Amino acid sequence: MNKNLRWKIITIVGVIALAVFAFYPPSQKVNLGLDLKGGVHIVMRVQTDDALRIETQTTVERLRETLSRAGVQYASLEVTSPTQFVAEGVQNPQAFRQAAVEVDTVYARSPGAGGRETYTMRPNIATQLREEAVNQALQTIERRVNELGVAEPIVARQGAADQILVQLPGVTDVTRAKEIIRSTALLELKIVEQGPFPSEDAARQAYGNNVPPDLQIVPGSEDIASTGGGTPATVYYVVRRVAPITGRDLRNARTSLDLNNLPAVGFTLNQDGAQRFGQLTEQNINRQLAIILDNRVVSAPVIQGRITDEGQITGSFTQQEASDLSLILRSGALPASMDFLEERTVGPTLGRESIEAGVMASIGGLSLVVLFMLFYYRLTGLNAIVSIIVNLLILLGMMAYLGATMTLPGIAGFILTIGMGVDSNVLIFERIKEELATAKGVRAAVNAGFDRVWWTIVDTHVASLIAAMFLFQFGTGPIRGFATTLTIGLLSNVFTAVFVSRTMFELVLSRRHPQVQTLSI
Amino acid sequence: MQILSKPNYNFIRWRWYALALSALVIAAGVAVIVSRGGLPLGIDFSGGTIVVVKFDQAVTEQQVRGAVDPIPGEEVVQQYGDPADHEWLVRLAQTDTVEEGASLEEGSQQILDALTKAGLPSYELLSREIVGPVIGADLQRRGLYATLASILAITIYIAFRFRFSFALGAIAATFHDIVVTVAFLVFFGYDLSLNIVAALLTITGYSVNDTIVIFDRVRENLRSMRKDSLEQVVNVSVNQTLSRTIITAGTTFFSVLALYIFGGEVLRGFAFTMLVGIVSGTYSTVFIASAIAIILSQRRRPFSASAQAAGRPEAAARPGRKSRGAKAS
Repeated sequence: MNKNLRWKIITIVGVIALAVFAFYPPSQKVNLGLDLKGGVHIVMRVQTDDALRIETQTTVERLRETLSRAGVQYASLEVTSPTQFVAEGVQNPQAFRQAAVEVDTVYARSPGAGGRETYTMRPNIATQLREEAVNQALQTIERRVNELGVAEPIVARQGAADQILVQLPGVTDVTRAKEIIRSTALLELKIVEQGPFPSEDAARQAYGNNVPPDLQIVPGSEDIASTGGGTPATVYYVVRRVAPITGRDLRNARTSLDLNNLPAVGFTLNQDGAQRFGQLTEQNINRQLAIILDNRVVSAPVIQGRITDEGQITGSFTQQEASDLSLILRSGALPASMDFLEERTVGPTLGRESIEAGVMASIGGLSLVVLFMLFYYRLTGLNAIVSIIVNLLILLGMMAYLGATMTLPGIAGFILTIGMGVDSNVLIFERIKEELATAKGVRAAVNAGFDRVWWTIVDTHVASLIAAMFLFQFGTGPIRGFATTLTIGLLSNVFTAVFVSRTMFELVLSRRHPQVQTLSI
Repeated sequence: MQILSKPNYNFIRWRWYALALSALVIAAGVAVIVSRGGLPLGIDFSGGTIVVVKFDQAVTEQQVRGAVDPIPGEEVVQQYGDPADHEWLVRLAQTDTVEEGASLEEGSQQILDALTKAGLPSYELLSREIVGPVIGADLQRRGLYATLASILAITIYIAFRFRFSFALGAIAATFHDIVVTVAFLVFFGYDLSLNIVAALLTITGYSVNDTIVIFDRVRENLRSMRKDSLEQVVNVSVNQTLSRTIITAGTTFFSVLALYIFGGEVLRGFAFTMLVGIVSGTYSTVFIASAIAIILSQRRRPFSASAQAAGRPEAAARPGRKSRGAKAS
């Protein structure tokens, strides 16, 4: 055996060892996709308009206070769209603009007839706010998913700028998972101005059908204690629009028990929030405090005395609901509501069946190929089989090393890789046969065979790689798995079909007399 | 062992018949597609809901159908996989009114509720897919874009490595394979899904693969057979690579057949698409790609001139070929 050949063999054995080391044991080192492991894949859209609307509303509330402090007269000040608000009947535009100067950085003003002032959010600011909203939503969902205790979740932005992808492997209670991810969880603590009223109209009538713009009517459930066991009816509270305390002031939230030993959610406020909460409760003893979650009053207890940093949300919670709510509150509010665009759930049974089917198909495909190669190419067929198996080992090793995900279409990629390996080997062997017919001797025929098909192999592989590349661009999870498998398989096939296979020929021929004229092919 | 020893079929003589046959299949496919009002899109592209459940006892199609019938809209009920597994698929089309968030999942809940209430044996949810119109439209666009871009990129590569008329031959063969495969999918009642589009994209690579092998041989033979016409050169090349074409197509076909038989219901559409694509790809390589390459080469200029024109870029593109000088001498 010459030195050159020895090094080739060492290289091949080394590569095989590395590959096996990389993926062994496969149950731990090869990532399975959702379609094999079971789990849920969700794509959501962040309603970024919500975030802009909140911004515009807050601006308008602040502006109202500024205007009333400055004594500027106007007929109305309304939010007309997420990015626009309009003031009508402004008597002194000069004074109005003066007072509103602070909003000019965010909103562009255009005056109209009859004391009309229209403020539109500047496009670059709107874009920035949308971007922030998506990022904030992403982080919040990440925290919630982490608290759910799912192994190896994926939370990422996808496709269009406002889409978020969530993948939760092994999750079976999809409805609950979605509820936890989706809840806006906007917690607000506000003093009840009036109420509860039995209907929205009744609440409006209390203000002579003209509710001041800084107040709002919020629905809620009747206090559970006063129903006497019946279903709580919907009641309406009138509260201020601006919340003195919100979910942002929370330091922690956890399940607790209320006075009746029913599940509740206890929360603690951070220092700043506690200070404001102390002030608020001190000034409003004997009034009701509305605890509002996502624009619905959960409970409205009467303030008995000054409270600083601790509070409790009661309601008719089950243990599960209470623990989910505290999880959501801990992870913070979403800046906007979410739309579900896509959901794909694979149950664990189907995943298991798919793995079995995939393995069966691979073994079936490989066996057919092995039998045919041995039958048609005799001993040289062994050569092809070795190179195909080495190819599969490298493919598995690379997938484990790169942390690529194995999906069901990915298993199909394995089978096509087998096909690709066969193709290259057949190409080479057929050429060697042709060269043998020209009676140049076995060694020359083998060399010529490999040399002549080299560029054919390069061309065919490049064409297939181009297709695989676009497949990767196009696909979602499972298809990407396919594209990944195909790509790695193609690359390693160039190595195995040419280098490994040729080395084997050389190894066999090196032991024989140089003038030998036969080859089992 | 040899399947074909020294094959010498006159493939090129049959090229017009081959083109006619392909045109016929394509026309039939187009006719079926048009008569059914467009390509049959699965929920991946059209939006909608699919729920697959496994009952623990046998149920009849009537029972399942009866259970989900009250749900508004049109329901499709299909046996899923092996009848012994009692697995059923229920599909709801995307209704126009369903656009926003929460309502998207209503359909699947309705199906599950209906199955529970109908007094059928208890079941397990195998899988659930809900695709909204936004994602569906997005995937449609991306699927089309990926397929076209992939074909274009491969064409450019072939034009660069061979000659432009060959690239057109390869692209025509690839289009042919995709259209024929889609026609077969329609004949056999498959809806286009993500997996099927993935298979179609794989076929673009595969089909070109075969074509490249023959073109490579044509290029090589153009040098040694300078006195022969392009038809003869192509015909000899097709014959020389014929056993390779048949063996590769055969082994790939049988491995994919294993996938079709054992690979489970999820991959059945994928495997079927590949099976048709492999047969069509082999046929188009032998008959379509070379025929079109010849037709286009002749139209542009007399052959001997174009052979020399093609010879120059080759020398640059294939610097490492040892056998080149030996063969020419």
